Amino acid sequence: MSSVLYDVPGPKARRISLIASVAGAVVILGLLAWVIVTLANQGIFEAKRWAIFGRADVWTLIANGLGSTLSAAALAAVIAFPLGLLMCLLRISLVPWIRIPTRIVLEFLRGMPVVLMMLFILLVFATGSFLAVVAALVLYNAAIFSEIIRAGIQSLPKGQREAGLAIGLTSFKSRLLVELPQAVRRMMPSLVAQLVVLLKDTSLGYIVAYGELLRAVQVMADFLGPAYLFPIFFVAAAIYIAINIAVSRVAVWIERRGSQKAAGGIAPPNLKIEAATGGKGPGSTGQAV
Amino acid sequence: MDVIIENLPLYWEGFLRTLFLSAVSGVIALILGTLLAAARVSPVAALRGFSTVYVEILRNTPLTIAFFFAAIVLPRLGVSFAQFEVAAIIALSAYTAAFIAEAVRSGVNSVPVGQAEAARSIGMNFGQVLSLIILPQALRTVIPPLINILIALVKNSSVAGAFFVLELFGYGRQLANANGDAVTTVLLGVAFFYLLLTVPLGILASTVERKVAISR
Repeated sequence: MSSVLYDVPGPKARRISLIASVAGAVVILGLLAWVIVTLANQGIFEAKRWAIFGRADVWTLIANGLGSTLSAAALAAVIAFPLGLLMCLLRISLVPWIRIPTRIVLEFLRGMPVVLMMLFILLVFATGSFLAVVAALVLYNAAIFSEIIRAGIQSLPKGQREAGLAIGLTSFKSRLLVELPQAVRRMMPSLVAQLVVLLKDTSLGYIVAYGELLRAVQVMADFLGPAYLFPIFFVAAAIYIAINIAVSRVAVWIERRGSQKAAGGIAPPNLKIEAATGGKGPGSTGQAV
Repeated sequence: MDVIIENLPLYWEGFLRTLFLSAVSGVIALILGTLLAAARVSPVAALRGFSTVYVEILRNTPLTIAFFFAAIVLPRLGVSFAQFEVAAIIALSAYTAAFIAEAVRSGVNSVPVGQAEAARSIGMNFGQVLSLIILPQALRTVIPPLINILIALVKNSSVAGAFFVLELFGYGRQLANANGDAVTTVLLGVAFFYLLLTVPLGILASTVERKVAISR
């Protein structure tokens, strides 16, 4: 691995770097060992604590929790995307009294904690917790999708719109038929990255008592006893992280594939920073926080 | 409206605690995130590996899981905090640092290669190249994304309200339970206080982006 930040290491630098690497690794491993020993003193690694994973009902509960998480995320994503496209079209409308109210609504939705929206929908509209979780995720993510796609439209060459208008399309048709499809394709990596955020945010359902994965952990720990909290939590966290890393990898894969197929392709890497910042307002877009 | 006016001291207290949580976690996360980014581009393989793994895991961990770990699992393991604020700050800053590290790293990548080459050619070592030449320029480019991350941090601090910390969201939930007939007003009040923080920060981000920060 070579980097512009430092010279190709010579023998002396390599030795120093090797020593530093070993020292760093020893420190990190030492910390890990300390954590493991502390955990072992708590009796975390006793076989009986992990034996619960041999029970079918534990896995049924985990599967149910995971199912709730995934179904809320899937439903929210499927509704939020078209809604985001619609909001984006309204947001860039040439008519001020469509554009400005949409902008205010978008800024409001993006400046709001998702968990507050969930609680609001749950209490004010007295929906079940599933609907509250899905509705809040839909509103928030539609706003973010809309901003990402808008950044994509702004990044298109001007000629695209001009060509659309020149062949006699109306402004709206040019947006819909010429610019929007290209923008969505260009911003695909950011959109998929936002899906990871959406998936992560379903865990906020825990707070409004939606029976997702983390709630299932809590329920099982309450039922089986606190001794089992750590093993169950550990497995649930691992499942969450594994799924999110998998989806993130899809985003990276799409980005690579897109940049190989240059034609029309995907936004250049520095554009992503712009997408993250180009929101011009509260909240982030491409930056999946 | 009466509900909000009657409970204004509570709102204010919650607002201040949200501000406190965000500010403290923000500062810790900025420092930790910059260190992680520096480790990510350093010549030492162990540091690079550690930073990569940390960022990858924390970025893909739901914040609620991080909070659950800090506030519920850790105390069971014998690490107890005098106040739940400490747990909240640990969860928030550890989570946010991963995003800051990624943003700073992308800033480092956006500095033209010639800058680093010039610095090296006049005999600077890695530490000098990074701290005197690259990071000052990189931080300028990433100010807007950093502000956006801080906005997200303010919003994320609301999760602390569900883990025994009485900040804006926590008080909001209490008030909503106590005033069943005025839930809408109570929660819109909470929303107002969040917007009081996030909207100015958002305006700041776009102003900085237009005026101060150099774009490449």
